[in-house]
Amino acid sequence: MDEITKKILKEVADLHEIPTGAYNIRKDGASIGRASSANINIVPKEDKSGIDIFIAPGTKNESVHIPVIISESGLKDVVYNDFYVGENADVLIVAGCGIHNCGDQESSHVGIHSFHLDKNAKVKYVEKHYGEADGRGTNVMDPTTNFDLKEGAYLEMETTQIKGIDSTNRITNGTLSDDATLIIHEKLLTHEEQYARTEFNVDLNGKNSSANVASRSVAKGKSKQEFVSCINGNAECSGHSECDAIIMDEAVVTAVPKLIASNVEASLIHEAAIGKIAGEQIIKLMTLGLSEQEAEEQIVNGFLK
Amino acid sequence: MLELKNISYEVEDDHEILKNISLKIDKGFTAITGPNGSGKSTLAKIIAGIVKPTSGTIILDGEDITNLSITDRANKGISFAFQQPVRFKGLTVKDLITFAAGKDTSVSEACNILSEVGLCARDYIDREINASLSGGELKRIEIAIAIARGTKVSIFDEPEAGIDIWSFGSLIDVFESMHRKINGTIVVISHQEKLLKTADRIIVLADGKVSDDGPKDIIFDKWFCENSSVKCAKLENGGDR
Repeated sequence: MDEITKKILKEVADLHEIPTGAYNIRKDGASIGRASSANINIVPKEDKSGIDIFIAPGTKNESVHIPVIISESGLKDVVYNDFYVGENADVLIVAGCGIHNCGDQESSHVGIHSFHLDKNAKVKYVEKHYGEADGRGTNVMDPTTNFDLKEGAYLEMETTQIKGIDSTNRITNGTLSDDATLIIHEKLLTHEEQYARTEFNVDLNGKNSSANVASRSVAKGKSKQEFVSCINGNAECSGHSECDAIIMDEAVVTAVPKLIASNVEASLIHEAAIGKIAGEQIIKLMTLGLSEQEAEEQIVNGFLK
Repeated sequence: MLELKNISYEVEDDHEILKNISLKIDKGFTAITGPNGSGKSTLAKIIAGIVKPTSGTIILDGEDITNLSITDRANKGISFAFQQPVRFKGLTVKDLITFAAGKDTSVSEACNILSEVGLCARDYIDREINASLSGGELKRIEIAIAIARGTKVSIFDEPEAGIDIWSFGSLIDVFESMHRKINGTIVVISHQEKLLKTADRIIVLADGKVSDDGPKDIIFDKWFCENSSVKCAKLENGGDR
């Protein structure tokens, strides 16, 4: 494994070596390493690029790592990954994509992930997007994530994009059956001329289903962010979405919340707050000996922790 | 030693908040009291560098710090505990104690500091300094952060503000404990008689001027051992006794 691959793996999946358990490492459009486990079977798709991941019912305390590395400038990588998580399984899935763009062209990754969680399955899904560039090439990531949560299923997603992605259009769709739960935490930092659009569409179709979608973001420089969320309460359910953004410099942040209740027992809430760093926060940290710039950095770091 | 020379502070329409205040504050526990609007908090903020005086000079251990920034004053050894503690989304109690100490703080070190203010470190060390903490908890954490800095001058702006009657007793314990272990200059801005009683010296501000100044026993007896209406009348008349 070369140094670039090692560095990207560390950034996007916190991996220092080949992971234990099931994994698939994709680099520049092809798999460079794959392993299944007794309970988790990874099978390449035959009709298109990507893999199917079958997690056996009742699988506990296992993980799947499927990082993607792009180091070829100008590559446009499209991949379809489907996860089938069996009844009562409880697993960790770590995805993520890192682009090292050493040329002048646009490198892009379009990852379409679909999660099918059977009854009472539980998944923690961690996804990190990272980019770096030596030249003038731009890094683009347009992930689409689809969740289908059957009765009693639980999915918690942590998605992070902190550095190096020039443009992203992230679409996340969820459909929840009875007693299913979807929790999403997004952390996002954009700077310079970057653009990031996030769209969440959640259909709460089942009785006692619930969704909590929270985004914390910082927009610096001349970057632009757009947060669009739509929660449909189609049953006795509860939905909460939250957009909390710090705006700096000449950045632009747009929050577009949408709640649609089509059942009298649906309880839906949206909260959105966009504002600059409070002056009193900077002053407080300055009274502890930090410079104004250090105070600002620490406030941003803490906000996105 | 902290010395204020001819400090004045004016706002719009020539309204004077502080009028030519001169004070020398040595090591020990000094309380500054006075009615609302007398300029106590403004004076504290001027010492910390948060507010710039219209005129006058601030000397710390012989060095003129009047034109130094908040950061520079903090690094010269001045700590300031806010009347309304600032909340942060994401930053934890341990983060702020670490910034205050200027070095990475171990859990046991943070535990020692938090126990000084009657908090169990295990319950608070990883808590975000946000709206989930009560006013009393925030106040004690604010004091703990000042203790963590261990600077030669610590200023507390109305530590009792926003504290309920049940938490107030333990707040007094914290300041009594600080008084026992004192190794520097502590300045507390307060209205509370119990808190004033923990001081060695009391300065009374009224209408932007030093109205009285002296050892705690003398000042306290003079100003606070009569009925409150007399006390208020005296203060509102600019300390005319």
